[in-house]
Amino acid sequence: MEESKESQKESGQAGNGQPSPESSKPRTPEQEARIPGNGGNGSSGTNVEGREEAQDNALVAETISRTVHSKDSSEIDRESSAETPPPLPPRPVNLESTDAQNTLHLSGKQARPKLQSHPTTAVSLTDISTQVNNEGIRETYPSTTGGLTSPLSVASQFNNRFGSPKSSETEDTASIKSYVPTLETGGDVESLLGEVLGNGQQDPAWRFMTAQGENQNAADELLPEDAAFEKDFQKEFKELEAINAEGTNEEAVLDAWTSRMKHFLILSAAGKPIYSRHGDDNITSGYIGIIQTIISFYQNADDTLKSFTAGDVKFVVLSKTSLYLVAISRLGESDGQLRAQLEALYMQILSTLTLPRLQTIFSNRPSSDLRRPLSGTEPLLSALADTFTRGSPPTLLSALECLRLRKSHRQVIDQTLLKTRTENLLYGLIVAGGRLVSVVRPKKHSLHPSDLQLIFNMLFETEGVKTAGGENWIPLCLPGFNNTGFLYMYVSFLSAKEDENEDESQRPSTSSSFNKEEEVAVLLISPKKESFYEMQQMRDDVVEQLQKNGSMDLIKAAVRRGRPHVTDVVPGTVLRHFLYKSKANVQFAMPSFEPHFKGLVARRKLLSIYHTLHANVHSKISHLKVHYCVSRDSISLAWTTPLFELYCVAGPSASRGALAQSANKVVQWARKEEERIFIIGGAVF
Amino acid sequence: MADSRGSAAPKPSSSVKLVLLGESAVGKSSLVLRFVNNDFQENKEPTIGAAFLTQKCNLPTRTIKFEIWDTAGQERFASLAPMYYRNAQSALVVYDLTKPTSLTKAKHWVAELQRQASPGIVIALVGNKLDLTNETSSSTGASANFAGSEDAAGESEENHAEADADADADDEETHDARKISTAEGKAYADEEGLLFFETSAKTGTNVTDVFTAIANAIPEHTLKGGRGAAAAAQGALGARGDADPSRVNLNGPRKDVGAKEGCAC
Repeated sequence: MEESKESQKESGQAGNGQPSPESSKPRTPEQEARIPGNGGNGSSGTNVEGREEAQDNALVAETISRTVHSKDSSEIDRESSAETPPPLPPRPVNLESTDAQNTLHLSGKQARPKLQSHPTTAVSLTDISTQVNNEGIRETYPSTTGGLTSPLSVASQFNNRFGSPKSSETEDTASIKSYVPTLETGGDVESLLGEVLGNGQQDPAWRFMTAQGENQNAADELLPEDAAFEKDFQKEFKELEAINAEGTNEEAVLDAWTSRMKHFLILSAAGKPIYSRHGDDNITSGYIGIIQTIISFYQNADDTLKSFTAGDVKFVVLSKTSLYLVAISRLGESDGQLRAQLEALYMQILSTLTLPRLQTIFSNRPSSDLRRPLSGTEPLLSALADTFTRGSPPTLLSALECLRLRKSHRQVIDQTLLKTRTENLLYGLIVAGGRLVSVVRPKKHSLHPSDLQLIFNMLFETEGVKTAGGENWIPLCLPGFNNTGFLYMYVSFLSAKEDENEDESQRPSTSSSFNKEEEVAVLLISPKKESFYEMQQMRDDVVEQLQKNGSMDLIKAAVRRGRPHVTDVVPGTVLRHFLYKSKANVQFAMPSFEPHFKGLVARRKLLSIYHTLHANVHSKISHLKVHYCVSRDSISLAWTTPLFELYCVAGPSASRGALAQSANKVVQWARKEEERIFIIGGAVF
Repeated sequence: MADSRGSAAPKPSSSVKLVLLGESAVGKSSLVLRFVNNDFQENKEPTIGAAFLTQKCNLPTRTIKFEIWDTAGQERFASLAPMYYRNAQSALVVYDLTKPTSLTKAKHWVAELQRQASPGIVIALVGNKLDLTNETSSSTGASANFAGSEDAAGESEENHAEADADADADDEETHDARKISTAEGKAYADEEGLLFFETSAKTGTNVTDVFTAIANAIPEHTLKGGRGAAAAAQGALGARGDADPSRVNLNGPRKDVGAKEGCAC
């Protein structure tokens, strides 16, 4: 809520177009408001989930889970609850430092009761553009000041380790200002508010903060070593050994099983095991029985169990077409995020079987063993599961990533695809280094991100297709496109160093040694199962043309260049990493994980930060537009508008101002580079 | 052999379509990978759909270019198989020496091919995973004794095979995971008029031999641009015509396992 208020203020300011000092003044009240808000939170002991619980009329099970959750499920919550009374920065200082005008605004404490009664209105003022007028600002002020700020906002703001040194009052002031600049994004709705930024920066406090942030940045570690977590997480992907015949190692195996941070289980409604990421039937059968019992207990009451929490472990259940998919996570993901992961696993099952077939199997015999029809799909499910456990920006954002190419270069590739298109082609894609280069598609069909996720998972996260070598002809159902039938996908990997082949009519063959990051693949999807040779011909034409017009070299060069470092995007930034999602294009861009997030564990921690931000910004009740999060290890910012979502992370000593400023730069960069980092429209026929 | 085409007038070259069929996890893809790339991967993940690869095989008188369809073994892909074997001139039906059900499945495939595929199709029956048996003969060429395996080194299935509990326990060299005797496979192959080999994709034993034998067994007249040479008997038998016509000749000059004789791979 605080964030939203801030944005509102900003909008108001923009509308005013007032000089800097004035603009800065109105904000202060908000800061103050925030602080009381925190206090309120602490006393009430609520957090996002708690709030949800109160408001949500959801099922009993769900509510239960939430209550539990609020106490101890995710580490975030744990911390927040533990430190519920967050250190309140001395408000008076703020007041002094800022203008007396602000205090006047604050006086509107009568507004509190109002807020309580309509907490949502304040929060839901999501659309910045609507709030440009002064009145809007005033309305929002009282709400903020009232200290009634919804527990949500407070929780989200401080939910990560209240104890962090950053929450000092000075930081707070800075942070408020920091929001102003975020609105300065040309061309957007918010652009109306543009001038404010420049003014804000001239504020001495701002400058001080910025300088401070920059000085401290270099020194600190964003992600201090956490040996225990690291050790556990490294083990996460190891295969469990089987229980031996005598059962002597049963205990050890069970320990190993329960110590896994994340499990995915799939069972049929009749209780037959279908899939488990870790462990074989000997280990999982008991648990599967328990889970089935719990689920069917609620089912009998005509109620659907969606999630529950035990200790720090969250269980999320998705029931679909006679299947129960269960995620068990200790990684602090939200219900919604886990549910999205389960949906992806379900999509993979549909992709193997199609929906009608799945329905037939279970309507004929509810006790059918689905493992047989699914055989061969386990590696795909496991690859998906591991991707989720490692943390995957495409999954989190439900968006895809494109290879950055000049617009004109991409146009040439698009044209090539259009020119070589054959009659039975549905979708044609060129993919390089796991990123999309170009798409050709019929006018009335777009590609569903979840379908692409399945395809990318199959091609890049498992070995089945790649190591088969040569060309592949794969029947698959793309559930996002049509979950009732199969399409046929032609896949050919072009090794980046395969230039010398093409001897006579030698077909491409995959050399086992080439680097994952340099793979270029041509995917041609057709509804006709007999069209392999047609697709093969098209592939030959496409590759020949791309080689002739130089596009192939450009693609390979772009792949080798890799993602830009964050400092290439915003020189001298405090940012360590960011995710920028363009909502219209359903695509996202991000910089390289290097140098700050080398290795599995560092990446997982980064992704956990993103998960937290994402969960808070997407919480159904909060409607946050800007969310700022301070923790011991990092400070981070989430910012959503109708056009984009931006998540960025900086080191713990970076100032809010610097963070916000960098966030703005990222948005500017994305605007400027839009046609390079995203595929806009693609080649349509 | 491999270099012969550069020397004199180019030999006639023709392409031969070959399809691999068999239960999942018997090692079809591994055989192809060995033949095409001379490579082997432990724990290879299952093929999805089908893979299309090519490889040349140089015979004394001609060059055969194999266009290989490596199909997935899972039942749900079975309905696609006709697409792959419809115009195929040759087929490799593979089973797992350590898994009796896989021979049953192989027999089904043979029957289907004989019923549905083009009449002159050359079919080779291949028992794979010879490395899991402990036959000690080092000779790969001894006819009627299709040995030449290396002792199982404790590595079990190439694919995530659901090996029998027995087979799993057979990790020691002294144990033999073989469940289907050479004689059993051979008898069936003879009965149906198939080429017969026992191979190890892991060690390479007999792998190129299979393809060479198929190349030799393809009737000349079915090859486009093929020129009369050592006439291969109609039907799938009698590679090179110098052996007992009812038997596959395994006496080729095979010396070491990884050798690529006869093939330009």
